Amino acid sequence: MMQLRCPWCGERAASEFHCGGTTGITRPPLACDDSTWSRYLFFRTNPKGGHGERWRHTFGCGMWFNVWRDTVTHEVKAVYGITEPPPPQGAP
Amino acid sequence: MSGYRLPLQPGQGAWPGAWIDRSRTLSLRFNCRTLTAHPGDTLASALLANGIGAVARSFKWHRPRGIFSAGLEEPTGLVDVGNGARRTPNTRATDIEVFEGLEAVTGNAWPSLGFDLGALAARFASLMPAGFYYKTFMWPHWHRFEPAIRRAAGLGHAAAADAGADPDHYEEVSRQVETLVIGGGAAGLVAAAAAARGAQEVLLLEAAPRCGGWLASQGPEGIERATALEREARAAGVKVIVRCTALGLYDHRLAVAVEEVNDGDASNGPRERLWKLRAKRIVLALGAFERPMLFPDNDRPGVMLAAAVQRHAALFGVAAGRRVVVAAACDSGYVVARGLAAMGVQVAAVVDVRPGRQGFTPELPAGVAWHAGCTMVGVDHRRGAVGGVHIAPQAGGHALFIEADGIASAGGWSPAVHLHSMAGGGLRWEERASMFVPAGPLPGITSVGAAAGAFEFDAALAHAQAEGARAPGTPGTAAPVGGLGDVPAHAGPSGEALAALAAGGRRTGKVFVDLQNDVTTDDIALAARENYRSVEHLKRYTTLGMATDQGKTSNVLALVLMGEHTQRAPAQVGTTKFRPPFRPVTLNALAAGRHGARMKPLKRLPAERWHQERGALFEEFGGWWRPAAYPRGGGESLTAAAEREALAVRRGVGLFDGSPLGKIEVYGPDAAAFLDLMYVGTMSTLPVGGTRYGLLLNENGVIFDDGIVARLGPDHFWVNTTSGGAERVALAFEEWLQCEYVNLRLLVTPVTSAWGNVTVSGPRAWELLRGAGFDAALAPTAMKHMTVGEWPAPRRLLDARRDPDEPLAHEADGVALRVLRASYTGELSYEINVPATLTPALLEHLWRAGQPLGMVPFGVEALMILRTEKGYLHVGGDTDGTTLPGDVGMDRGIAKKAANFAGRRSLLRPAATDAHRMQLVGLVPCDRRTVLPAGAHATAQRPPAPIEGFVTSSHFSPNLNHPVALAMLRRGASRTGERITWWHMGTPVEAEVVKTPFIDPGGERLHGHVR
Repeated sequence: MMQLRCPWCGERAASEFHCGGTTGITRPPLACDDSTWSRYLFFRTNPKGGHGERWRHTFGCGMWFNVWRDTVTHEVKAVYGITEPPPPQGAP
Repeated sequence: MSGYRLPLQPGQGAWPGAWIDRSRTLSLRFNCRTLTAHPGDTLASALLANGIGAVARSFKWHRPRGIFSAGLEEPTGLVDVGNGARRTPNTRATDIEVFEGLEAVTGNAWPSLGFDLGALAARFASLMPAGFYYKTFMWPHWHRFEPAIRRAAGLGHAAAADAGADPDHYEEVSRQVETLVIGGGAAGLVAAAAAARGAQEVLLLEAAPRCGGWLASQGPEGIERATALEREARAAGVKVIVRCTALGLYDHRLAVAVEEVNDGDASNGPRERLWKLRAKRIVLALGAFERPMLFPDNDRPGVMLAAAVQRHAALFGVAAGRRVVVAAACDSGYVVARGLAAMGVQVAAVVDVRPGRQGFTPELPAGVAWHAGCTMVGVDHRRGAVGGVHIAPQAGGHALFIEADGIASAGGWSPAVHLHSMAGGGLRWEERASMFVPAGPLPGITSVGAAAGAFEFDAALAHAQAEGARAPGTPGTAAPVGGLGDVPAHAGPSGEALAALAAGGRRTGKVFVDLQNDVTTDDIALAARENYRSVEHLKRYTTLGMATDQGKTSNVLALVLMGEHTQRAPAQVGTTKFRPPFRPVTLNALAAGRHGARMKPLKRLPAERWHQERGALFEEFGGWWRPAAYPRGGGESLTAAAEREALAVRRGVGLFDGSPLGKIEVYGPDAAAFLDLMYVGTMSTLPVGGTRYGLLLNENGVIFDDGIVARLGPDHFWVNTTSGGAERVALAFEEWLQCEYVNLRLLVTPVTSAWGNVTVSGPRAWELLRGAGFDAALAPTAMKHMTVGEWPAPRRLLDARRDPDEPLAHEADGVALRVLRASYTGELSYEINVPATLTPALLEHLWRAGQPLGMVPFGVEALMILRTEKGYLHVGGDTDGTTLPGDVGMDRGIAKKAANFAGRRSLLRPAATDAHRMQLVGLVPCDRRTVLPAGAHATAQRPPAPIEGFVTSSHFSPNLNHPVALAMLRRGASRTGERITWWHMGTPVEAEVVKTPFIDPGGERLHGHVR
């Protein structure tokens, strides 16, 4: 089981968290076309390697934050705020 | 075979037999025989000491099998331990410490171990090669044959179903530790001590009852040195847990281990303890598994791994045979021969497959013959066990017979790389010593000693010392791999050597690679011929490496053979994936007590006792333990009680505990704007004191919850959700707030358990409240439907508390009740929210006030009847993961709304606007008698046929005196008046589509106009 560092509570087991999937996805406006909306809803890149994702410390402080994680090694490269851009090494 | 207890060597203290207490004797039972043993014995050593050779039958051919190893890798000596509910199947006899009264039986022999009918299978062995089942039982279908085959194959038996639950306790401990050392052999102890001296907090796990590993069986000096190493480690501050086996290594250095706490008597503590250990650094010192030699009939009881023969003698004082031949492919065979001779075990010969090296003469005790370049070509047996061996030169020549009743098999070593591999570590094939070793250390995980492939004792210890002392975070050093001499990968007899046996007119037996699954060299050759060349295909085709031992003694040999058949090096063949658990583990240890009521604890009502006193029948609803109904004495059924209660509510007044209703406080200057973004309806236009029904959608537009939103102040909302949805709604609000609408200023606070909810409902609800002392402002003429207000609690309510010491949420006079006029029954209703601890008092107070009115308490079942009569939606009952607002007729006003609420865009997708979608309708069965089963399906013709719709809610309506139902139906909104056939389990029911609500379409009752 992975260990994640909650920015508020420190290192905790992954079972205390809930993964909210890929982070940094912009929600299209109401007036967007169907294909834009379906891409927003259903299409994810699922990369092998670096991946920005958002996590919530559900069984802790309840706060959301971003994690830059290697999906192969599960190494957490960075933890950053929900509104912050990914760190430089995490740039796609 | 003829194992026996060795006498003590003069002047050597408790040796051989260092781990047993010869001064005490205890008795145990094995297959209905009573045996004696000493404290410290394993079941395996006790069986050997009692001269028992065959302890089990093999998986497929039911060949007799004996003890093969001295550890958790045991492939054959499997027994079922304990009886009744405590029976544990397929336990390694080598892993079981004996205790007074231990009971063990062979799991897979019938009628008895000695006369096993299953052994008839061996007669047809040549007809049952690998893949036999796949090829034979194809027609008409495998499932025809599977049950019989499963009965015949297999190992032990779990506790009988009627034996009840395991009465023992199991527990789990989670811990963080700086350095975790797994394995308490010499290398592990040295590394642990070095780490502890470097001011590290060190925890060491040892699977055996004592530390020492291989070193402990190396004579009196060996055990003395092992003891000293353990003493030094403990003195340096290392905490040692024995009988604790690591099962797996997971991400970010999480090790899971199981500790055997009490094997026999678990009455004063847990039987097993599961450890979840998160370490900054892990040192793997699990040692190595010895590989057997390949020769015909190498599975006979009496054939044992060489180091296991030595370990049994040194630690438990038992000889595996009176005359032992060592079959070797590496130098450790000589170590074993010397060690056995020193303990008084007669060693007849060392047969080394390797040709003699120039100038090399092994140190061997007098009387031990040395046959270099020779191999075993046959095994004679007496009543199934070893009686003698035939050997022949590998290059060909005459065969020689040696009388022996034990064979110590030293075919080389396989480092225990399992945990390293589970943690993601790569493996490297070490050609000289014929073994897979860790390709290199992982971040924070390093292997030392034999687990790293380091078999040169002093060099291995120096490396372990350096690794232990290394500062955390610095790169590890490579282990000094080697030390066994040159080990041929294939240690079996050559064709020439086997010819020598054939020349003597003897047939050779089967050469077993995997003793647990009865996989022979022929099976591997067959798999290669049939092109199952991938190691994963080989495993599945032949079952090699499966079951309880997971091929710990067989995998590497099989890879080597597959490589030879397919002209590949073992490294190219590769290994199968190592997966947890490293050793079989009981499900109870993993569950660690989280079963039954503790698996998912129920949420309980503050007024549970009050309901019990009213005769409530409790059931689970959405995780809450709630009254389903209050059946009357004399055997009133749940349905009858619910119908009586539903009738009484519409005729008078009923009392309902709605405390599980989800409650969330939303507070802040942007609260109204935020709720507009969450709900399908508009909440910002609510006046203070107003309430509004709202639907919540996910981003796909699917309804995931509903409820009433009440405005208590300009910046203060009280949000009610469904009883099961309180948590997910609060989570969704938080996610939107923290991740999308980050600039809005408001707080979301779930308060479900802080507030009780007592609902009075029925035409006489106000009459009741007035009688109970509530403010006249609550009268329906003053307080309208869908409004909210805060009122002080009536003085008499506070006096009704059963226990005057019961704490109050506020000061006695200042307890405020939040009263909501909203209704899920369709009757005049008041939902009275009260600080949770006051719920029983409020129920009791209203109950007393309601007696003159004939008030009844009603449960969830009656509520469901009442809301179905009104056609009110039950999210999760009438809706599923596809239901959109338009499907349930709740899309009015969306087009005019300004805010881009969650899920809104999805409602414009073509799939959402499809005219053929299913829509919620009312149904009345045409015969006005048959209650439609919930889940019944509408189809155009008799099923199987495409589905037109399905029944979502269905009850007998006591108020209408006929059944009513709600259903999702394709184009349902335009099909009123149609008669449709609904199917349930092959039975059709005709029902007419009608408009809802079934009762009070004008809402007269709802508004309190009906008295």
